[in-house]
Amino acid sequence: MNRSTTVLLKTAVWIACLVPVARLVWGAITNNLGPDPTATIAFSTGLATLRLLTITLAISPVRRLSARLVWLVKFRRLLGLFAFFYATLHMLTYVGLYAGFSLNAMFADVAKRRFITMGVSAYLLLLPLALTSTTWSIRKLGGKNWNRLHRLIYLAAICGVIHYWWQVKTGVLTPITITVIVGVLLLARPVLAFLQRRKSRAVVTA
Amino acid sequence: MLIGKPPDIPSSEITSRDAYFRYLSRRRFFKGAAATGVAAIGAERIAQLVSPRTAVHAGTKLQTVPSPLTTTGEQLTSLEDITHYNNYYEFGVDKGDPARNAGRLPTSPWNIKVEGKVAKPLTFSLDDLLKLHPLEDRVYRHRCVEAWSMVIPWIGYSLSEFIKQCQPLPSAKYVQFLSYYNSGVEPWAARQTNIYWPYSEGLRMDEAMNPLTLLTFGLYGETLPNQDGAPVRIVVPWKYGFKSAKSIVTVKFVEKEPHTTWNDQAPDEYGFYSNVNPNRDHPRWSQKTERRIGLPFYEQRRTTLMFNGYADQVASLYQGMNLMKDF
Repeated sequence: MNRSTTVLLKTAVWIACLVPVARLVWGAITNNLGPDPTATIAFSTGLATLRLLTITLAISPVRRLSARLVWLVKFRRLLGLFAFFYATLHMLTYVGLYAGFSLNAMFADVAKRRFITMGVSAYLLLLPLALTSTTWSIRKLGGKNWNRLHRLIYLAAICGVIHYWWQVKTGVLTPITITVIVGVLLLARPVLAFLQRRKSRAVVTA
Repeated sequence: MLIGKPPDIPSSEITSRDAYFRYLSRRRFFKGAAATGVAAIGAERIAQLVSPRTAVHAGTKLQTVPSPLTTTGEQLTSLEDITHYNNYYEFGVDKGDPARNAGRLPTSPWNIKVEGKVAKPLTFSLDDLLKLHPLEDRVYRHRCVEAWSMVIPWIGYSLSEFIKQCQPLPSAKYVQFLSYYNSGVEPWAARQTNIYWPYSEGLRMDEAMNPLTLLTFGLYGETLPNQDGAPVRIVVPWKYGFKSAKSIVTVKFVEKEPHTTWNDQAPDEYGFYSNVNPNRDHPRWSQKTERRIGLPFYEQRRTTLMFNGYADQVASLYQGMNLMKDF
């Protein structure tokens, strides 16, 4: 892919990723965030986080499907960082609009409420990934270590999905779609690795 | 203040919601034609002839009298928010779903069957119920277990007036309310949840007889919009909103505590009593504060009151009970 196409596509990805926050800002300015603005902000930032995490997770298995899709990896860091950006907004919503900036309330919540514990865990798992997202960090850590560290995204995604299930009422099935997609993307990794191993073995024995 | 027309409008004279929409679309069709007015009236008549049984009470003015039991000093939540932010899972789990989907609820004819420990089983038509007692204006705070709240100008009369007509036996210790359920009309219920339908709620007899407990027919001067539980529902203002069953078709007097829908789903989260109680947290979130609907996000948060601010009227019902355990 040539440089100008990359720039064009990156711009498009930036714009697409900014849509959820732009809608929130516009809604806040025009006082049009729905009947329960606090819940709207919490839900849309949370959903944006999960969706972006899912798209980030999709890049590796999808690009393996064809050699012509290798360029996809150029967008992985951008998407992952946007997922972290929305996760941060989501956390700030909780800290400001739910806990009222009270440390006591936050400690009590994290200790007592498993859906908050799970959400905070997911965030803490994303934090080192965001901090080591620079090219400098990759070089410093070495590709192998960096890769190993960044496998934490699997755990973060699982925690995020569980956080979603634990937040909705028992009996509500809304999180099922994202759960299935994340499940497929996580399972695709060992399956693709297995297929590749068999293929290379077949090549060797032939 | 008296609002609107006398209540005795024969249902045949009420333009059904469906007919009205057909009327609107026909009207659009005839717009521009010289005979618009005449043709529109004709279309309305034809629509009524085609489906005379779909008459919907929603949107009909109700005549009311004032009540000393109304809540004062609160700013009312807008009709727009009351009708577009609903938990009515039979019509979809998203807050906006009921407003989109509940138009399919067939609210007329409507009967409530009375069963169980009563002198004899009875059936009340909606007209019977509307004539049973003068309708009162009752503004109540409405606190959802999800920690949001509204202030709603309901219309109805004390459930006790209805219960007296039901002649419950002394062995009746609880009242169970069953909501309308038809998987054909409400396919969302089975698609989006694994809840056992129909929706069931219940009250202890003394709670049901408390004058605050309202048999509710309307809000904001008119009959209930479908998404708010048309044509008749219960409102129990000192309990979390899910205790106030919507679109009631059966009232059953029973000896033992009836099963209730959310308690079946998660007994540790939704107790049978479910009184609004800032000291008793939901396992997943605090109940100390709530978000008032319809305000900007930086003004929503407010303190939750014991029994939702109705402690003077209802605290005596729970004397000697441990409300942390019997929540």
